[in-house]
Amino acid sequence: MTDQSVIEPSGSKPSKRFSRGNIILYGTLIVVSMYYLLPLYVMIVTSLKGMPEIRLGNVFAPPIEITFEPWVRAWAEACTGINCDGLSRGFWNSVNILIPSVVLSIAIASVNGYALAHWKFKGSETFFTILIIGAFIPYQTMLYPIVILLREIGLMGDLAGLVLVHTVFGMPILTLLFRNYFTSIPEELFKAARVDGAGFWGIYFRIMLPMALPIFVVAIILQVTGIWNDFLFGVIYTKPETYPMTVQLNNIVNSVQGVKEYNVNMAATLLTGLVPLIIYFISGKLFVRGIAAGAVKG
Amino acid sequence: MTTTSQDDARAARRPIRLFRNPMAKIASIPMILTALVVFVGGTAWTVVYSFTDSRLLPRLNFVGLDQYERLWSTRRWLISIENLAIYGICSLILTLLIGFTLAAMLDRKIRGEAVFRSIFLYPFALSFVVTGLAWQWILNPDFGLQEVVRRMGWEGFTFDPLNNPDIVMFGLLIAGLWQGTGLIMCIMLAGLRGIDEDIWKAAKVDGIGTVKTYVRIIIPMMRPVFITALVLIASGIIKLYDLVVAQTNGGPGIASEVPAKYVINYMFRAQNLGQGFAASTMMLVSVIIILVPWAYLEFGGKKRD
Amino acid sequence: MSSVSIRNLDLSFGAVDVLKNLNLEIAEGEFLVLLGSSGCGKSTLLNCIAGLIDVSGGQIHISGRNVTWEEPSDRGIGMVFQSYALYPQMTVEGNLSFGLKNQRMPKDQIAQRVARAAEILQIEPLLKRKPGALSGGQRQRVAIGRALVREADVFLFDEPLSNLDAKLRTDLRVELKALHKQLKNTMIYVTHDQVEAMTLADRIAIMRDGKIQQLDTPSVIYGKPRNKYVADFIGSPSMNFFEGDLSAEAGSCVFEGPDFTLPLTSYEFETPQIGRRKAWLGLRPEHIVTGEAAAAADLSADTIVDIVEPMGSDTLVWVNFGGKPIRVRTDGQSDLEPGDTLRIGLQSARASIFDHQSEDRL
Repeated sequence: MTDQSVIEPSGSKPSKRFSRGNIILYGTLIVVSMYYLLPLYVMIVTSLKGMPEIRLGNVFAPPIEITFEPWVRAWAEACTGINCDGLSRGFWNSVNILIPSVVLSIAIASVNGYALAHWKFKGSETFFTILIIGAFIPYQTMLYPIVILLREIGLMGDLAGLVLVHTVFGMPILTLLFRNYFTSIPEELFKAARVDGAGFWGIYFRIMLPMALPIFVVAIILQVTGIWNDFLFGVIYTKPETYPMTVQLNNIVNSVQGVKEYNVNMAATLLTGLVPLIIYFISGKLFVRGIAAGAVKG
Repeated sequence: MTTTSQDDARAARRPIRLFRNPMAKIASIPMILTALVVFVGGTAWTVVYSFTDSRLLPRLNFVGLDQYERLWSTRRWLISIENLAIYGICSLILTLLIGFTLAAMLDRKIRGEAVFRSIFLYPFALSFVVTGLAWQWILNPDFGLQEVVRRMGWEGFTFDPLNNPDIVMFGLLIAGLWQGTGLIMCIMLAGLRGIDEDIWKAAKVDGIGTVKTYVRIIIPMMRPVFITALVLIASGIIKLYDLVVAQTNGGPGIASEVPAKYVINYMFRAQNLGQGFAASTMMLVSVIIILVPWAYLEFGGKKRD
Repeated sequence: MSSVSIRNLDLSFGAVDVLKNLNLEIAEGEFLVLLGSSGCGKSTLLNCIAGLIDVSGGQIHISGRNVTWEEPSDRGIGMVFQSYALYPQMTVEGNLSFGLKNQRMPKDQIAQRVARAAEILQIEPLLKRKPGALSGGQRQRVAIGRALVREADVFLFDEPLSNLDAKLRTDLRVELKALHKQLKNTMIYVTHDQVEAMTLADRIAIMRDGKIQQLDTPSVIYGKPRNKYVADFIGSPSMNFFEGDLSAEAGSCVFEGPDFTLPLTSYEFETPQIGRRKAWLGLRPEHIVTGEAAAAADLSADTIVDIVEPMGSDTLVWVNFGGKPIRVRTDGQSDLEPGDTLRIGLQSARASIFDHQSEDRL
């Protein structure tokens, strides 16, 4: 026994790299990866081809002659109805919607989460429960009452109205995210700050906020992708001039007028997907954390 | 001594509860308003107005269950429900199956796990509109998959789901799975990682094979993860809207209509608010039917422990 | 005048009563330890004194002022927590001055106080560091410093040494005692560690189920526990108990155990009239004498050694007596082995007798 353990390393033998099981495993993973990569690949190659080349046929073939014209046209010239100023308008609309929505929704939700974690009051848990249940209610049941509310305060069709809608519908998941994070901060720290004479806002800004930076990054990732990708609220609560990028994209691609320019369409689609894709590839693991937290948003 | 204690008593009278820590309450006003006005108020408003004959504008002229009777005798609604059922059942089963299988494969201590995970998950970063448009192009009968296969020699090859009413929902399903399975894989992977390494060692010592260990030991242990995944998939299915609008716009004809689209069409296009309200109330009811048993399992069960 | 006075304090969460009609007077400069097992309400009481938990009824006075509904920072207290609770993003200096800045104290005065606290606690070299770069002992020093700079009348300690390893705990315990001697503040100290309680306290309050079981000096609590719970809780290894009957015969009282009778000739009864009744006899392992001293005791008996646990400084011997194994503490050089015969002696003077039903001391 002892002799053997001297000769052979203890523990299980490292499995051979090319065992039959491993070949099947990696083979399957590679084939599946192709299914996931295919649409991205097709979008890219199509957007770099000219229309004659596309009419020749194979969506999967790489471009013979690379052209960036479809990208330029998608950005600056693509038509929705009579407007032919491209996706750039939708892009800037989306940016104008995105920034205040992200800031406002995170500001409110982080304060909510903080209050729920450390300043519980009678009924606070009830409101929180309603908020969480609200995340599961189909948006369709709340769409029209919100139209009325926005009309009452004069923000229907206005970007500010859409910002409010994003803040409201982002609130359940973000509040949950922040509440869970702030609950994980030791209560003694909060108590120490109270003994030191810090109040509600003092503790929030001086103690909690500096400790919560990672969760703010998660929340920003969650909100940027979520709000950028929104279609439903954009189509309902804005006017054509203020349509966000997703709505404008759909109108460009699915427009029934004129000849279909598939390369321009794919360039436009890629342009719209670019912002969340960039965030996805930069943020890496934090994105996974963000979507795992935001998954209930559905 | 007596006078000071009286002063003390006055100064230290129990404060009114509502005004204790007032800042916390003031700061919670947006949350309270959202919960009460939008979520409770808005939902109740829609349910109440679903019993009226509102058309262009909402009005409180109650007509009982008329809107619901009309709803359930409208072909478009019935098709929507049927479509959602087909899409829902397939999506539920396939997403769980693919998500778990991929997660299990990534959990086999493989090389390049991060690369594969990134590839499977990136579609989730994209919107349904982008997803729908990308797959609309790939499934284009004249230039897409069908044409490519035909040119490779299979002249008779036919796969044109977006123009075939019988299989259009499967065209949507391909795109939906592409977008959503990565998330479920991620959740499943987190669940698998949460399982104690010693379980695997014990199974190995007992001589239980890999597949059998998954089926008999690991999956039952991951019950809460599966339930979470189930709720996520289900609530996503009911909200299915953007994908359909982008990929098929309900076509061909009305072959790929879904309830969420029905609601929005009647509310904002056809100017028949009552129908929209009734349809959205039906959606709410279906969510309740799904969520109540889940909430019972999830929270009712915990109390018993 | 007492420094901290707690009058008829009640606290309940929903239907659960955590503290019940609790009264406690703490003298100025006193070191009071609240001792009890977890869930007895000792930390909750401390939090009530600090104003971190709203009470349901009763009053709390600190330095003659009713502070029942005042903010924690206005009560003239400093508090030290088990997890140190240092603000991680601030330097040590920032941690010490945070409370003073909130009071809008002039900068030079803050600097003066921080410097003085740092000097007392010998943490001057650490002032520019962040808590993450400190060891456990250093962190706890900073936490004490944070209470110190407030120059509060009353210091509250919530299990401050529990997170430290054994050696450091002993060192800091001694330092705390020295600090109290130097500062002469009132200190209220919560712990579940009886060694800390015995060594630090002027008086110990033993708590159970939200009530104070006994409030007295460490030596009285150890020597004359008020009831069986206190007797069992204090002392390690814990007291041996025997069930039996008390009977008074011709002026002298005896305890009739399962198979022995102990004459209580030198036991001081709290209550003069003791009739025949069921009772508990409690004997600490260190109060059972062995060898030659056993012969001079009120009762001596030969016992068989069951288990021997050498602990270095002394040896714990399990012997069979009164129908069950009991603990006897002997000296560290014992060469006893299981099966040996050991003569033990029971002395009534150091015994404790409790009523069988109420478990109160007789």
